[in-house]
Amino acid sequence: MSAPVPQQPVLQLTSVAKSYGDNRVLERINAEVVAGEFVSVVGASGCGKSTFLKLLLGTEQPSRGQILLDGQPLPQEPGPERGIVFQRYSVLPHLTVLGNVLVGLEMQRAPLLGKLFGKARAQALAEARAMINAVGLSHVEGHYPRALSGGMQQRLALAQALVVKPRFLLLDEPFGALDPGIRADMHQLMKRLWRDHGLTVFMITHDLKEGFSLGTRLWVFDKVRHDPQVPTAYGATITYDIPLNQSKALPPSIAAALNQPAAEFA
Amino acid sequence: MRRLMNLTPGAGGRLLLGLLPFMLLLLVYLAASADRLAENPNDKLLPSMAQFAEAIRRNAIEPNVRTGEVVFWVDTEASLKRLGIAVAASAAIALFIGLANGLLPLVRAGLSPLITAISLIPPMAILPVLFIVFGLGELSKGVLIALGITPFLIRDLQARALELPEEMLIKAQTLGASTWLVALRVMLPQLLPRLIDAVRLSLGAAWLFLIAAEAVAATEGLGYRIFLVRRYLSMDLILPYVVWITLLAWLVDWLLARLSRLAFPWYQADSKGGH
Repeated sequence: MSAPVPQQPVLQLTSVAKSYGDNRVLERINAEVVAGEFVSVVGASGCGKSTFLKLLLGTEQPSRGQILLDGQPLPQEPGPERGIVFQRYSVLPHLTVLGNVLVGLEMQRAPLLGKLFGKARAQALAEARAMINAVGLSHVEGHYPRALSGGMQQRLALAQALVVKPRFLLLDEPFGALDPGIRADMHQLMKRLWRDHGLTVFMITHDLKEGFSLGTRLWVFDKVRHDPQVPTAYGATITYDIPLNQSKALPPSIAAALNQPAAEFA
Repeated sequence: MRRLMNLTPGAGGRLLLGLLPFMLLLLVYLAASADRLAENPNDKLLPSMAQFAEAIRRNAIEPNVRTGEVVFWVDTEASLKRLGIAVAASAAIALFIGLANGLLPLVRAGLSPLITAISLIPPMAILPVLFIVFGLGELSKGVLIALGITPFLIRDLQARALELPEEMLIKAQTLGASTWLVALRVMLPQLLPRLIDAVRLSLGAAWLFLIAAEAVAATEGLGYRIFLVRRYLSMDLILPYVVWITLLAWLVDWLLARLSRLAFPWYQADSKGGH
């Protein structure tokens, strides 16, 4: 993993906070992410990881602060500038593997019919097939997602998201439901795709080991302030921002701070 | 000996067990019919098989002396046409509104209460209104069927649309889909097989409304005929008509199931998996 040359950040978060009524979930989030970074976001349950993802995804808006994408305010709804892979339900059940990867290209290039014809279709087909090949699904191109294993469905979801070349990719516990062996394969694939396509990635995970082994940067979300009478008074923020380029060893001081069961570090 | 709950019939056994009640009913009927006819050969309540065959021959094979038409087929064609047009129109309307309701919160907020209210009106109660407004012709029969099943279809489709995982709709948006393209490429194809399911469920009601409308005002049709010959106690014609209607209803249902399997293979795998 070569460190990217510092440049204009892709995403800039300035004093971002999110509350639901009196319940403060996130507060004082300041961060910059440049192109090519792979940010792993970890934290205990209920620390606001999912809310953070929703802010980046555009399904929720920050209560305060702002999020800039390439210097412009991030559009307030999901759009083609961001890609997403959820833990489940990421692919369309009524389309084949090829159809699922093709559909993004078709919808972007044919806003009226959502279908391409002739030369444009041949071009899109070639792009889709190249992407399917990159995730190793060429042999099941004509299958429906239902016939695929969980790991293959997630490969398909990745191909579907990447073929339309988003500015940044969001992964919401993408490998959480997979068997350990399959998960290791997916990690290899994810690393390769990230390197080959120069992706900027945010991965939400509760698997610390996964966060450390995949990312170039690890964010730990936690609450720094605590009001024992009103647990919802303060929100979580990025308590640790650890660069992972040099060393992948886990500093014990951080491990202790993470409030996670010891088994998670195995 | 295994527990009763763990005993399952084989393929042949299942067929036999399935046919058994039909055979028993038939036997009971034949015995009762023979009994009554032995006592009074002019009894009309439980006709014999020969009398059935004669009634069917008169109505389904021989053309009517006066009109030259074969009554049975004229009735069948008229009823199926009414049912087909009304159900197809209902399905089209329901697909359109159900999809709009399921996808667009603004439309749902405006239409959902109205549709719920309409679905609570007993259609038979406004049949007189339909006859007054639309006349005694074909239109009022079609409107009765449509009024009877469309609200149900809309509500079912809306519920199915709302059941689609939120993740899928977000994903489509990140692939660059507009609202229109989400409707066209994500929702519509996934609602079509569910529309077939809903139509299959509503067909029983559709037949009910069809026969009711025909009984009140028609000049041909399966329901019309049954109610017409009731005056002459013509059980020899009524019972074959009932069997024929049942058979038609079963056939339509079977065809729709078959269509769903052929046209939407991905949906069948989905429902068999049962998640």
